[in-house]
Amino acid sequence: MKLVIGIVRPEKTNDVLGALYAADIRGFSITRVQGHGGELERVETYRGTTVSVSMAEKVRFEIAVSDEFVDPAIEAITAGAQTGAVGDGKIFVLPLERVVRIRSGEADNQAITPTKDVTP
Amino acid sequence: MIAAVNTGDTAWMLVATALVLLMTPALGLFYAGLVRAKNTLNTFMMCVAAMGIATLTWSVIGYSFAFDGDGDLIGGFGHAFLQGVDFVPREGMTIPHIVFFAFQATFCIITTALVAGAVVERMRFVPFLIFAALWSVLVYAVLAHWAFGGGWLIEGGTLDFAGGVPVEIASGFSAVAAAMVVGARKDYGRQAILPHNGMFVLVGAGLLWFGWFGFNGGSGFSTGNAGVLAFVNTLLTPAATLVTWIILDVIRNKQATAVGAATAIVVGCVAITPAGGFISPGWALVLGVVATFPSYAVILWRPKTKLDETLDVLAAHGTAGVVGMIFIGLVAETGWNGVSDGLIYGNAGQLWDQLIAVVAAIVYAFVVTYGLLKAIGALMPLRVAEDEEGTGLDLVAHGEEAYPASEGALLVSTEFASIR
Repeated sequence: MKLVIGIVRPEKTNDVLGALYAADIRGFSITRVQGHGGELERVETYRGTTVSVSMAEKVRFEIAVSDEFVDPAIEAITAGAQTGAVGDGKIFVLPLERVVRIRSGEADNQAITPTKDVTP
Repeated sequence: MIAAVNTGDTAWMLVATALVLLMTPALGLFYAGLVRAKNTLNTFMMCVAAMGIATLTWSVIGYSFAFDGDGDLIGGFGHAFLQGVDFVPREGMTIPHIVFFAFQATFCIITTALVAGAVVERMRFVPFLIFAALWSVLVYAVLAHWAFGGGWLIEGGTLDFAGGVPVEIASGFSAVAAAMVVGARKDYGRQAILPHNGMFVLVGAGLLWFGWFGFNGGSGFSTGNAGVLAFVNTLLTPAATLVTWIILDVIRNKQATAVGAATAIVVGCVAITPAGGFISPGWALVLGVVATFPSYAVILWRPKTKLDETLDVLAAHGTAGVVGMIFIGLVAETGWNGVSDGLIYGNAGQLWDQLIAVVAAIVYAFVVTYGLLKAIGALMPLRVAEDEEGTGLDLVAHGEEAYPASEGALLVSTEFASIR
């Protein structure tokens, strides 16, 4: 099991979502984050006060997947988020020790497989 | 016979002028709430720019083209650079000429700002400024002459109290042309694009309604019956539209939407704009109900098309403007307006005059706007690059954010310190 973290442009969030759905990956959470990844700083001016803004708004996907889904997840994030310009983001893959589904107590791979009994 | 200045009329017209000027920032708020957060400032700035640009073009030549002489198609140069615009009232009026000029200027401003709704979130700012300057003269001033200033429509008997032709129909159908030339946003039809602040939309609509009392109530240019009737009708019609719209919403989705309610207020105000001083309060209520349906239908239909007329100027202004113009031809009543009857009171000719005006305004506004933007587009790109569209026009066009996060901002320079 791995935790795939993808940090992408906010405006690419929906494209990544679409690509993940297409790859049958249904479990993830997203967070709005700010960060700096070597892209150019942008300058903003407010009434004579000029500031250089080094933080860029990004969206972070956290996706827990079984091993065979690691590459599809990476491909989906890349396909959805890539523009070719500096600032497209990064993907990190971390080992995952345990996963527990709170509702049922299912553990590990069972817990990160989309559930079949969908109860609204 | 030059009438004397009437102090009461003048006082009201000064207030009405300020009321109508407020409508443009109100429109900015309404529009800014409907776009994504990253385009908030740019959208509002288009309205702010109109306050500057349209006032200048109106002073230099627009007012003259609209209100100098009674040429069929266009006025003259007699009032260019405000020549002869002084304290002496225009013929048949009781307010100083400069007050009339300023009141009409505020109409030119808001109409120019209205058209921006078709091209937000993608149009470059400089081409927009050029477009606003030219449009305010070539489209607004010409149609204002036709409908108000002694042109062929008003001379032919068309009734347009406060701008069904030059304001509402012109903005609505110019918006369609503008959206066609500039093209859709890259995300249009591919992603959900949601209004970022419904509160702005509601507050903007409320302030628009408030300002509209000056817009319609001032279009009698006095505190006489016509202006008073229009003022009261400006309360009645939007209220009827608002209730009808909410009922439609509830019937369709079991939920009354806030953006829908705000839109309904605008639709009602638009519908009564041409008819305000010509129809009875009872018919004004009916107009509010009637005007709801076409605009509601266009708002549902337009997003299913390829036409990214982003903020639905056609549905809210063009469509409701047409309904209001035609409604005059049906129910205008001499007993209330002292001018003319409509079809149900025995004067079918009035309906014909209204229909001619509607068709002429649609064709003129659409064709001229289309050609104007094509011409500007031949000289410079009209829209930002795709990646800039993704970033958002606040940063791209203005170097500011509506909602900046201070974390990570480093001071580069102020008046006192440069880079340390």
